Amino acid sequence: MTNHKKLKDRTLGEAMRSQGISRRSFLKFCAATASMMALPPSMIPAIASALEKARKPSVIWLSFQECTGCTESLTRSHTATIENLIFDSISLDYHHTLQAASGEAAEQAREEAMRENWGEYLLVVDGSIPTKDMGYSTIAGISNLDMFLQTAAGAAAIISVGTCAAFGGIPHAKPNPTGAYSVYDIIKMYGNAELDGISSASIKNNSGGSVHDKPIITVPGCPPIPVVITGVLTHYLTFGTIPELDHLGRPKAFYGQSIHDRCYRRPFYDKGLFAETFDDEGAKKGWCLYKLGCKGPTTYNACATTKWNNGTSFPIESGHPCLGCSEPHFWDGGGFYKALAIPTIDIPTTVVYAAAGATAAGVALGALNQSKKKNAIKQHTKTTIDDLENE
Amino acid sequence: MNTSSSVLDSFNIQASNELTWNVLPLLHQIKHAMDDLLNNKNNNAVIDLRSIPLAPGEEENLLNILGQGEVKAQLNALGPSEIIETQFNGVWLVTHYNDENEIVSRHIEITYMPEILRSQTQDIKSACERLSQSLAEKQGQESH
Repeated sequence: MTNHKKLKDRTLGEAMRSQGISRRSFLKFCAATASMMALPPSMIPAIASALEKARKPSVIWLSFQECTGCTESLTRSHTATIENLIFDSISLDYHHTLQAASGEAAEQAREEAMRENWGEYLLVVDGSIPTKDMGYSTIAGISNLDMFLQTAAGAAAIISVGTCAAFGGIPHAKPNPTGAYSVYDIIKMYGNAELDGISSASIKNNSGGSVHDKPIITVPGCPPIPVVITGVLTHYLTFGTIPELDHLGRPKAFYGQSIHDRCYRRPFYDKGLFAETFDDEGAKKGWCLYKLGCKGPTTYNACATTKWNNGTSFPIESGHPCLGCSEPHFWDGGGFYKALAIPTIDIPTTVVYAAAGATAAGVALGALNQSKKKNAIKQHTKTTIDDLENE
Repeated sequence: MNTSSSVLDSFNIQASNELTWNVLPLLHQIKHAMDDLLNNKNNNAVIDLRSIPLAPGEEENLLNILGQGEVKAQLNALGPSEIIETQFNGVWLVTHYNDENEIVSRHIEITYMPEILRSQTQDIKSACERLSQSLAEKQGQESH
C-alpha cells in the first residue's frame, strides 16, 4: 500500500524517468499530445513543463444505458507507447467493462477510490440514465441513478462521454421508454437532492457534498473520436483544469468549428456543386453531400480534421453525409438523408394525394413509394434517396 | 489483384485535381515562415498537418512538392520518428510514429534544426552519470 501510494504521488516526469524514458522521447510524447489536444505546436514547451509536474489523477468510469461503443472506440485506439503513456498516467480505478474484478469486489474498488480521492477524482460517464423504473438498469443491485449521484458527489469534474451521456442519445429518443436522461439533465433534476438516502455508509462519512455545482464536460459523438476522449483526459492531466467549453459543455478545441466549415468539400458547396444521388457524377467527383442530407453545417465536431481510424478518413471522405451524431436529439432530428433545408413533414410529391385528406395522404404516400420502387425494379432504374427516406 | 483493380477502375473514384486547393496556400504559408526565419533567427514555425482539413491526395501532393533534401534522420524514441529536411532548406518534415508504425503526429517545421534532433541537457546529464559509473566500475575491476 505504501509503495502504491508512492507510485501514485510521483509526477509524470518522475514516472517516465524511472522507466528509462529519455527527455527526447518525452518531447516526442508532448508533440503528439499537443496534436491530440488540438493545441498549436507552439504550446509544446508549455505542455512539456506541465506534464513534467503532473500527478496521476484517479478516474472512475461508469457505464449506464449504452452499447459499449464509446469504450470500444477508446480501447480500439489504444496502441502501444504514446497512448499507453497517457493511460499509465491516470489511475483508472473503476471501469466495469475493463476491470478484472466483478460484483462486490468491483464495487469495493469504486468505493475505495472514492474515499481515497474524495473531491479530486474524475468521473467519466457513458450511457444515459433511466428514471422511469430503477430496475431498467442496475449494477451490482444499485440503480444507475443512485450510483451516478453517489459517485458524482465526490468528483472534481464529470466527463460525459458519448451522445447518450451528453444528450440522452438513442435511449432518450422518442418514445424514450426508460425515461432516459443525460448527465446534465440528471444533475439539473436531482442535483439538490439529499444524498444521504442513497450514499452507502462507507462513503457517507466523506460526502456531505452536493452535485449541482460539478463542472460537466460533454464529449458527444456516437461514438466520440477516440483522440477527443483521450485529449480531454490529457488536458486535465496536463493543466489540472477543464478545457474551454462551448454552450453545450463541449471542449472548444474539438467542437469549436462545424464539420461544414472544416470540410474539404466545402468549396463545392460554395460553388453550388452537389451530389444528388450516391452514384451520380457529382458523387464520383467528390462534390458536396448537402443535398444527400449532410448535417455538417449544424454539427460541431473534429471529424474533418482529426478523422477516424488513426487519421485515415471520416464519413464524408467515404462518400456518406454527416449524421450529426454529436448534436442533441440527432436521432429525432429528421431523416438522415434529408437535406437540412427541407422541412421534415413537407414532401412536394404528395400534393395530389394530400388533396384526398390528411389520413389518406399517408396511405397514398406509401402507395406512391411502393409504386416508384416497383417501377424502378421493373425498369432497372436506381432507387433514389427519397425512396430510402420514405420507406 | 487485377480483378479488384478493374472493379475499382470501373467506379472511377479518384482524388481529383480539383480537390487540391489547400496545397498552394500551405506553400505560401511555408514561404512566409521562411522569410520570418531569415529575418529573425528565433522565429521558428511549426505547421501541424493534422489541424488542416486536407482532401484525399493533398498531403501526398504537398509532400511531393516539398521533396527530400540533404538530411534524413531516424529516431527510435517511443516508436520510430523520421526527420527529413525537404529540398527547401530550413523546411523540415517531422513524422512521429508509434510502435505499430501508425502516424501519431506530422509537423512541418521551418527552422534551422528541429528541437527533437538536439541532444537534451537532461539526457546528457544522465548519460554523463552512466559513463562515470561505468568508468568507476572499470577502475574498480583493474585495482582488484
